[in-house]
Amino acid sequence: MFTLNDLVQPEKIETAYQILTDKRNNAILGGCAFLKMGSKRIGTAIDLSNLKLSYIKETNGFIEIGAMTSLREIETHALLNNYFNAVLPKSVRNIIGVQFRNSVTVGASVYAKYGFSDLITALLALETEVELYKGGRMPLVDFLNKPKGKDILVRLWVKMDACKATYLNLRNSASDYSVLNVAVSKLEDHWTIVVGARPGRATIASKASAALSEGKLSDVKIQEAAQTAAQELSFGTNMRGTAEYRKALCKVLVKRAIMEVLDENHTNH
Amino acid sequence: MKITLTINDKLVTWDIEKDEMLADTLRSHGLLSVKKACKTSCCGLCTVWMEDKSVLSCTILSVRVHGKKITTIEGVQKAADEFARVLTAEGAEQCGFCSPGFIMNVLAMKKELVNPSEEDIIHYLTGNLCRCTGYMGQLRAVKIYLGVL
Repeated sequence: MFTLNDLVQPEKIETAYQILTDKRNNAILGGCAFLKMGSKRIGTAIDLSNLKLSYIKETNGFIEIGAMTSLREIETHALLNNYFNAVLPKSVRNIIGVQFRNSVTVGASVYAKYGFSDLITALLALETEVELYKGGRMPLVDFLNKPKGKDILVRLWVKMDACKATYLNLRNSASDYSVLNVAVSKLEDHWTIVVGARPGRATIASKASAALSEGKLSDVKIQEAAQTAAQELSFGTNMRGTAEYRKALCKVLVKRAIMEVLDENHTNH
Repeated sequence: MKITLTINDKLVTWDIEKDEMLADTLRSHGLLSVKKACKTSCCGLCTVWMEDKSVLSCTILSVRVHGKKITTIEGVQKAADEFARVLTAEGAEQCGFCSPGFIMNVLAMKKELVNPSEEDIIHYLTGNLCRCTGYMGQLRAVKIYLGVL
């Protein structure tokens, strides 16, 4: 269990940022679920609940998602269920239970760059941008590659395009962490293959994605892309699975995900 | 510090620690239906409603419920009693330790889902662990209670 000396609920994001940077051990709170499992000693905890950041809406061709939006809202929101074959709702629906998802937040899931994150995997397959209070707006992939600093994730911007996508995962039991998760998307002829919970953070399999985006698709080509993804990415071992197992799993899940996206393409056009 | 909240339709002001979790606050004020069993936010035993939505009270800082409406099973006795009768009639109740949290989530589901399928029910209740009764009996009882058998 974490401890905290003080807790503030600022009305302005400037104040939240000021307090965050005042002291090294001051920290932003998300839903506290992951925090609760550690023993972090927080000086001043900053709760963003009063900043009206819990919302999902459409703005200038983007789906805007506030940092304090719960994962349950991601799961049930009509807009997200109508876009990208509901890949975002699909990615979060197996995280523990409804009660858990009602209080954990999008901002914390993304900002913490958790390796096990199901949401980051799906977001990475879409054209997602992260908006930081100080760092400004940047593609999610750039944010993930940036060294960790002190900033506040304010909202996400997901471009509303005609992207077809799917999300698959393997869990040892329902509601456990993913042993491996995969998201695949297709925008016109451009494919993106993302693999997460390796158990390291979600990454785009760029060689496999590029290979798939070239020329005509065939069964052999799909098989090869899945093989390439398993080859180009690194996998690790933890209590949920070995690196070898994850690598084998990667090939299968990537292939299935590609086939699913192709199926979506045929049924919807 | 002091927080003011509506607990089971009653407005109260409680003195809490800043890093106190809601489950502990509720128990220290006599709401002993709220149980804790996992330390990892995954068992669902501490389920209460915040603004009518199921949440894990073991994971919510009490300071965050200031100004909010919290409901525990003590506040929905009639509905809980009705479902508990179905649950026992189906033989789906043994030690009862997980029941308050489970029942709160079943009642929340009843309000949220319209005519749910078996899959919808299982999905909604995945976050409620039970180590002795067994899920088949519970599922049977839930279906009878919701009238979706």
